[in-house]
Amino acid sequence: MTHTLLAALTSLANPMAPSGYIYPNEFELHWSLLIIVYPYLTGLVAGAFILASLERVFNVKALQPVYRLSLLTALAFMIIAPLPLLAHLGHPERCLEMFLTPHVASAMAMFGFVYAWYLSVVLLLEIWFDYRKDIVNWGNEKKGFMKYVYKALTLGATDISKKSLAFDEKIGRAITIIGIPSAFLLHGYVGFIFGSIKANPWWSSVLIPIVFIFSAIVSGIALMLIIYMVTSMFRWKHIDMKCLNKLAELLLYAMIIDFGLEFLDFIHRLYESEESIHILAEMISSRLFISLIISQILLGSLVPMVALVVARFGKFPSEMKRILYFIAALLVQVGIFSTRWNVVIGGQLFSKSLRGLTVYKVDLFGLEGVFMSILLLLAPLGVLYVLTKVLPPWDDTDPGAAQIQK
Amino acid sequence: MFRPLHQLVPLTIIFAIAVTAFVVGRMYLVPETFGEYGHYRADAVGEVASQEIAYAGYQVCYDCHDDIYDEKMESNHSGVSCEVCHGPAAAHTEAPDEVTPDIPHGRSDCVLCHGYNPSRPSGFPQILPELHNTGKPCMVCHNPHAPVLDHAPTECSACHRKISSQKMVSHHALLECSQCHTVAEGHRTNPASVRADKPESKDVCGSCHDKGAESSRGIPRVDVETHNARYLCWDCHYPHQPEVVR
Amino acid sequence: MKNNKPQMNRREFIDTVSRKVPTWLAFVSAFGAGELILAKDSDYNPEDHDYAMGIEIHNCIGCGRCADACKNENKVPREHSYFRTWVERYVIPPEGEAIVDSPNGGIDGFPKLKEGTEILRSFFVPKLCNHCAEAPCVQVCPVGATFTSRDGVVLVDESYCVGCRYCIQACPYGARYLHPETHTADKCTFCYHRITKGLLPACVEVCPTGARIFGEKGRRSSPLRRFLRFNDITVLKPGLNTQPKVYYAGADMEVR
Repeated sequence: MTHTLLAALTSLANPMAPSGYIYPNEFELHWSLLIIVYPYLTGLVAGAFILASLERVFNVKALQPVYRLSLLTALAFMIIAPLPLLAHLGHPERCLEMFLTPHVASAMAMFGFVYAWYLSVVLLLEIWFDYRKDIVNWGNEKKGFMKYVYKALTLGATDISKKSLAFDEKIGRAITIIGIPSAFLLHGYVGFIFGSIKANPWWSSVLIPIVFIFSAIVSGIALMLIIYMVTSMFRWKHIDMKCLNKLAELLLYAMIIDFGLEFLDFIHRLYESEESIHILAEMISSRLFISLIISQILLGSLVPMVALVVARFGKFPSEMKRILYFIAALLVQVGIFSTRWNVVIGGQLFSKSLRGLTVYKVDLFGLEGVFMSILLLLAPLGVLYVLTKVLPPWDDTDPGAAQIQK
Repeated sequence: MFRPLHQLVPLTIIFAIAVTAFVVGRMYLVPETFGEYGHYRADAVGEVASQEIAYAGYQVCYDCHDDIYDEKMESNHSGVSCEVCHGPAAAHTEAPDEVTPDIPHGRSDCVLCHGYNPSRPSGFPQILPELHNTGKPCMVCHNPHAPVLDHAPTECSACHRKISSQKMVSHHALLECSQCHTVAEGHRTNPASVRADKPESKDVCGSCHDKGAESSRGIPRVDVETHNARYLCWDCHYPHQPEVVR
Repeated sequence: MKNNKPQMNRREFIDTVSRKVPTWLAFVSAFGAGELILAKDSDYNPEDHDYAMGIEIHNCIGCGRCADACKNENKVPREHSYFRTWVERYVIPPEGEAIVDSPNGGIDGFPKLKEGTEILRSFFVPKLCNHCAEAPCVQVCPVGATFTSRDGVVLVDESYCVGCRYCIQACPYGARYLHPETHTADKCTFCYHRITKGLLPACVEVCPTGARIFGEKGRRSSPLRRFLRFNDITVLKPGLNTQPKVYYAGADMEVR
């Protein structure tokens, strides 16, 4: 994944020695690459789900081609999302304690429950209700081992009468309606884990959960744009330009809100100019310059926004538009990954004595290393591949999606 | 025939199984004493409290070393616990003959507190280790259990550091202090009330610097009688650094 | 406190006992000793205590014996990035930023200042876990592995901590670290194993100048009570409302 390497290079390019005074226990960074990967992955889950719900709840018909794909993507990323957290624990074998004795005052304790709620009540149920008819049909059509897989997946509910399907539709809609606030909860909550740490002036902000939600939507839409284009290419299908334009449009709007919120946060800090302002300013100009100014703001926000405006509203052939969209969406991923990087690493680079900056050295190997992170970032795509084989999200009988003439 | 609960029945069953498994599992897996006094394992308190003790505490030392203890209590080190210098000694109290605590002999331990550092509170006794009897272990002069010397220091420089360091680099470097000062016996032990005397007449300087004095040839000569007759020598020449003329 | 001289030393005691008490009785009492100690332990009622610490900055000479003793007592890793307590040196020049350092927590002493450093004022500040009454670390611990004991000490349950390090992030004072061997959060316990047996915390035991005062806020006879009564007291980062139980006398505005 290019952005991991880019971000790694970013920190390598920075001055390598701690400066000023840092508390002796602060030399070591406690949350590193894996904790960057985690909010990045959950952001994609929430974003992809919210995109799917737009089609379902708000009736944005243009998005129909990516509805099921978005749901599966959300599920694929959701399955992998807790792994970086688990791998990062000092005692992964004790992780069940989060369920057994959750401390209600702790923002992190609710993780297990928010996760379980979102995975089982929202994602799995919605997918099940949406696919039930097909699962029943596949159970009847397929041969061999898969036949039994599908049979099992029906859970015995094989009634696919009109009324029964109408009921599915109704429940599915209700779940989506619950799902939207749940998706907000899932990622807003991840933001809250950081935003509620009053000891850390870089994190402590009421805006962080909201910024997280919107950056999640941005990353989710951009991801679906990429996945939709790539899967269409590999399946030799026409890309539905109406859908793609809609995606680009939504991506642009979400980015404007996201960028606006982050800018507000920035202006607010600068204007209030609290005790921490000097050390944070020093951190931005020395340690975070590449990952924040260049990678997050310039390459990850401004350039793709301009590209999206030009491509969406300019008069270009659709070939050109597609290329621009694709590049913009890739840059957005780099930008959002940098956002996560800047939150997680930035919050630990300055001393809580507000007198010095420390250094983050990226490991290549090991549990917290670059390769592990790349693996965890690629794993959801593998899961998605399997999911699309078991539950194909494409309705190839649709006359709109005609075979490309060779 | 459409049954509205058709889909919900299996889901409800799965959900019920999951919830039951969670509740039952919780009953078995939550540690027994968890929540007894708060949201934590009550046993943990005892586990923390059962940690091994390394520092015995100064009271225990008294049991055997009462003589040293009493001596120390009378001294400026009365507030310095035994284990500050001798290190953790709980093991020694368990097996006095098998484990013996450290007895620091060098200079490095004392300097940790008494080496000059401008950040230390003023008034706290400090020395410049590189100048203060360099190379000698502190214990040669100071008893750590009663560190203030009860006998006079043999060198004047022990107290008159500034003068001695000036004299050291002046033309008078080789002169003994007693060349000019008569030091009464009481001055060493009671410097404030028994003062060392200072020269009163120009003859003291004249014994070397007068044109007729019997001294080495290199010494600068003046006619003590006539050379600025209205002044005493030390009005213009500082005897400990005499080349400076005001 | 250090004037509480024991009534009789061990040699005298053994002397007296051997003369006045029949030998068989000594045997019996020796066998009973274990029970006696247990009885004493169970007498300890955490509800009766409310531990806290005072730091007299003007008394601190920066010898670093506290940080050293802490590492000895609590088997804190000797590496330079794990400290339950450490000493900071502040040098405030007539103009410009304060210079702060704490090389190896002050254990090896402090290096000479750069030639020509002008000093307006300078002092040492010992730091440790503040055992906050409203401890952010306790608040954020997801599983209840760090908690405030009934006697007011913030402790870590080593066999329950999952090692998520959220508490380390939440501590405003940098008082926590992840123990490299147990892979769990670790920090000052006020030497809980000592204070519950009537001993002083190791750092207080070895402080040669009485810069650290340990005691109980609620006890009139406690030296801490006297310290709190006769000094102008501050705590670190009061704006965060963590309500620390480590009180500083003579802390400069630059201390944070």
